Amino acid sequence: MISFKMPSLGADMEDGTLVEWRKQPGDLLQRGDILADVDTQKGLIEIEFFGEGVLEKQLVEEGQKVPVGTVLALIRPVGAEAEQVVPPAAAPEPKKEAIPMEPILQEEKPASPPVATEKTKRIKISPLARKMAEMHQMDISQIKGTGPEGAIVKADIEKRLAEIVPEKEVVEKPREVLQQAPVQQAAIPESEAIRKAVAAAMSRSNQDIPHYYLEKRMDMSKALAWLKEANKERSVQQRLLPVALFIKAVAKALDDVPDLNAVWENGLQRKNEINIGFVVSLRTGGIMVPAILNADTLSMDAVMACLNDIIPRARAFKLRSSELSQSTFTITSIGEGGGDKVFGVIYPPQVGIVGFGEIRDEAVVHEGMIGIKPVVDVTLAADHRATDGLIGGKFLAALNKYLQNPASL
Amino acid sequence: MNEATIKTTIFQLLKRIAPENDPSTLMPDENIREALNIDSFDALQFIVAISEKLNVDIPEEDYGKTATLKSLMAYLQQKIKH
Repeated sequence: MISFKMPSLGADMEDGTLVEWRKQPGDLLQRGDILADVDTQKGLIEIEFFGEGVLEKQLVEEGQKVPVGTVLALIRPVGAEAEQVVPPAAAPEPKKEAIPMEPILQEEKPASPPVATEKTKRIKISPLARKMAEMHQMDISQIKGTGPEGAIVKADIEKRLAEIVPEKEVVEKPREVLQQAPVQQAAIPESEAIRKAVAAAMSRSNQDIPHYYLEKRMDMSKALAWLKEANKERSVQQRLLPVALFIKAVAKALDDVPDLNAVWENGLQRKNEINIGFVVSLRTGGIMVPAILNADTLSMDAVMACLNDIIPRARAFKLRSSELSQSTFTITSIGEGGGDKVFGVIYPPQVGIVGFGEIRDEAVVHEGMIGIKPVVDVTLAADHRATDGLIGGKFLAALNKYLQNPASL
Repeated sequence: MNEATIKTTIFQLLKRIAPENDPSTLMPDENIREALNIDSFDALQFIVAISEKLNVDIPEEDYGKTATLKSLMAYLQQKIKH
């Protein structure tokens, strides 16, 4: 049996509120399926499952806030027999949870007469919808479900309520049970929450990580010429930005210098996948760092398509768990328009961050002559527990090599 | 398409990208990106939106002509005429 836990979506996340189950017990789960929506400081996140199996049991109710690491659900791997793994009916499941269920929730199920259980079993309904239905004493057999496999979901209950209950009552505050679960909607996190999340992660980084810094000025004339040619052939919707080139070049350089594509957790642990976290600044203040997964294997157009998809979603707080939790290295290009260079703060437990300043024309010495060329100042901040300056220098050299040969990307 | 319609379209699209700002306060010669704090990604989205909405093709080498309200208006009017 697989214990599916509340994931950590970054060093700054302590807990999350399960807002809605997107899969119900008995549902077959495929790799990448979205299991639930969880509300965090970083918005409403779709939590994905990267295995295969059947959802056996949900252990956390919709609306519950639980710490990172709490088992949310049990998943039976494909091939395992249901009988072997079903826990006895009397098993005190709440004990498995880091935070005990509220007493009122515990009582609910055993208190229901068996007949009612029989009846509700036949009708597929999400736990939140069931709670709402019970609260309003609705007959769920009269409701047509619009969820997966015809399951009744919150929206169906709301629709039904709007039909049968005068408006005033709908707006009425929910009773005790639901008050414990204030987060029902895709609440956009307050900028204060984002600020706190950034503050927590960056403080931890500064306290724990002995940063070292390297800087290299890179000639961008070849890269920009290549981009110009590439964009001539592309419609305006498909044009590439220099940042797509930076992301691809960084991913390739990490492939050459794998010690920087790693995390520091009781020692250096290299990561197999190269997932580039990309700092997106929010207009209301704060940052989000979604990951471009397997960036080394993507074409430049695919990287750009990924940015076109992920940046608006990051700004709307609509990211998936893998995009927030699986980055292995970070890029910041906040220097653009603002600073000639940016010295990053590492996002723990990663061991490095590369910063791209603004691309600008500078006097450059080349083969004994002074010329004007577009350049970018690239900085690397790296964890000195994990690597030394020699590795950092190799990385910047590799990065420069790729930027001087953009066609190879 | 007259000048006022083009201007309204530009303001609508800028408002969508930078909702907390009021684009109508832009001075004709002010750099739009700097004034409204628009990064390169959003700048590209703006060009995409303008070209789709007004049905004009804006090649990359003309991006410089879209920097201020005045130059952008002049550029688009000339593009639409042709």
